[in-house]
Amino acid sequence: MPDEAFNMAQHHKDADMSPSSTAAIEVRDAVKRYGTFTALKRISLTIEDNEFFTLLGPSGCGKTTLLRMIAGFEDVTEGAIHLFGDPIADLPPHQRPVNTVFQNYALFPHMTILENVAFGLEMRGKSKSEARSKAGEMLELVQLSEFAKRKPSQLSGGQQQRVALARALAPQPKVLLLDEPLSALDLKLRKAMQLELKHLQRETGITFIFVTHDQEEALTMSDRIAVMSAGEMQQLGSPTDIYERPRNMFVADFIGETNLLEVSVDAIAGGRATCHLGGGHELTCNEVEGIGVGAKVHLSIRPERLFMSEEPAEGESLKGRIKENIFVGTDISTIVELAEGPDFIVRTSNSDRGNKRIFEPGTEMFVNMELGAGRLLID
Amino acid sequence: MAAGAASGGSATTDTYASARNLLLLPSWVILGIFVLAPVIMMLIYSFLTKEFRGGVIWQFSLAAYDQFFFDRGLFGDEPAKIEWTYINIFWRSTWQAGAATILSLLIGFPTAYFIATREESVRPIWVFLITIPYWVNLLIRTVSMKFLLRDEGPLNDFLMSTGLIDSPIHIINTNFAVQLGLFYSYLPFMVLPIYAAVERYNFSMSEAAADLYASKWVTLRRIVLPAIKPGVIAGCILVFVPSLGSFLAPDLLGGAKNFMIGSLIEEQFKGNAGNWPFGAAASMVLLSMVLIILMIFARQQSKADKAEG
Repeated sequence: MPDEAFNMAQHHKDADMSPSSTAAIEVRDAVKRYGTFTALKRISLTIEDNEFFTLLGPSGCGKTTLLRMIAGFEDVTEGAIHLFGDPIADLPPHQRPVNTVFQNYALFPHMTILENVAFGLEMRGKSKSEARSKAGEMLELVQLSEFAKRKPSQLSGGQQQRVALARALAPQPKVLLLDEPLSALDLKLRKAMQLELKHLQRETGITFIFVTHDQEEALTMSDRIAVMSAGEMQQLGSPTDIYERPRNMFVADFIGETNLLEVSVDAIAGGRATCHLGGGHELTCNEVEGIGVGAKVHLSIRPERLFMSEEPAEGESLKGRIKENIFVGTDISTIVELAEGPDFIVRTSNSDRGNKRIFEPGTEMFVNMELGAGRLLID
Repeated sequence: MAAGAASGGSATTDTYASARNLLLLPSWVILGIFVLAPVIMMLIYSFLTKEFRGGVIWQFSLAAYDQFFFDRGLFGDEPAKIEWTYINIFWRSTWQAGAATILSLLIGFPTAYFIATREESVRPIWVFLITIPYWVNLLIRTVSMKFLLRDEGPLNDFLMSTGLIDSPIHIINTNFAVQLGLFYSYLPFMVLPIYAAVERYNFSMSEAAADLYASKWVTLRRIVLPAIKPGVIAGCILVFVPSLGSFLAPDLLGGAKNFMIGSLIEEQFKGNAGNWPFGAAASMVLLSMVLIILMIFARQQSKADKAEG
């Protein structure tokens, strides 16, 4: 086992080595150009078997292009894609053992629900009766058995979505690709489907590659997330990694809410960096590789890592004045103005009202955080 | 209060209803004058007695239909036998129009598919190019076709100069020449409805089919064709129906041997030799045939729609 892990680690460094056969999908130096426009700029990533992997980014970042390249709908300008060790970049889509759940579902309108689900099985050479009985089982799995004889147009959006899912899962693909499948559903249904999808992935053990622009959705569902922007991968890691330790400005800003402060690094000692943020205010945070003394960079502090008090608390404290309280249901967002410094957003749980952590606008108080709650970002 | 609002609502509905009838009046008038009246006139004429110099005598008679279907010998005193002459002309016409329709479909479908899959900005240019020849009068186009196809024409000259053939292919005055002429006359009526259907087609369904292991051919047969079927049927009807009654192409390209219904009817109303009731009767037979074909299509379509729910 350690050998295998070593080989895999080696493999990531050495692109010439034969691809590991345990990885579900291996994308190596993939480039996609449309004429002079480069949609994907040399992306490399490895997606493990049984993983719920998410490609996250704003529209136009190349995430859907990458997914369509894996499905076979877009050809690869440069680079290679391997599926469990086999090169697939030159195969037409109908020869790739991967299936897709499309954003608009793309159900066949002239076929019944059952015929839709059975289609892929029939194409794989199953007899009509065999395909139908297997399709019936799939419909049971997504709780749509009673709709088997209906046409897609007679189903609601959420039901159509589940048919699309059943249709893509029926031929038992090695990898399931999902292209923003929940974006057309309303919030409540979307939340329910998020959980359902995650359970389905666990039950089937099929590798899911999920494309979304919704960061909350990505954090909720994924084992690992690749954050993409402008055709480049910004960061790859677990949801906690990406939320707690964003690598750069883009990731910190795109994932969740954050305070982004312009700072300059004054001193680095013992793994801690001391920065000042104008107006004589100072903060200490963890050192980040590649950011040295004198660097002018950004510091990200999540609003929920801050708390307010009348007296300075242990750790880091900054003196400020309350500008505004905004009620957002579970939380209260407070905008705090530092004397001659930047504004902060502080998020306080609604249940903390009684703990005297909410102040009236105009009150002078302190904004506090644990040592190292802030994170320096490479631009 | 509630009752007042309700009665006010129904009053508005009534106002709209009377306004709608009034607004529809011009359409009814136009349909009446240009569709209903001519057909009724033809129906009446077909049951009248012929006047020898053209025209009719206002006296009820079944002679026209009798002449169409039955042969009673030269003097009309023999026992009635089925008259095959006109039925054969009808049969040949149907066959010719069918062949022209298939030819149009074979050429028109890929053309329409090609145009509909170009970039959106250039599609109107392609459609425009397709329609340009049809700005020229049909007669002129058919005559030029005759020049192109004749034994000493450019087509044979070209084929002989390439060495593909030694002597001219005889095309003019054959069935094929008529089919070619009909095909050329009505091609846009095939291309345009299919184009409209393919343009509306959601190509992510083709991607879904490919994703589910269907080859290109299977995708075309099982996904694309069922989706654009209404456009194909409309195109076929729009080519078949006018082809069936056409007389220019058969007259100019087919010669005397390849007589079609259109020519038969045309002759009955031309000059002094005509027979108006007989022409009207032949028209009514043609009209009934077309109506039956359309009804079969419509029934199948509504059956398919019902199945689709």
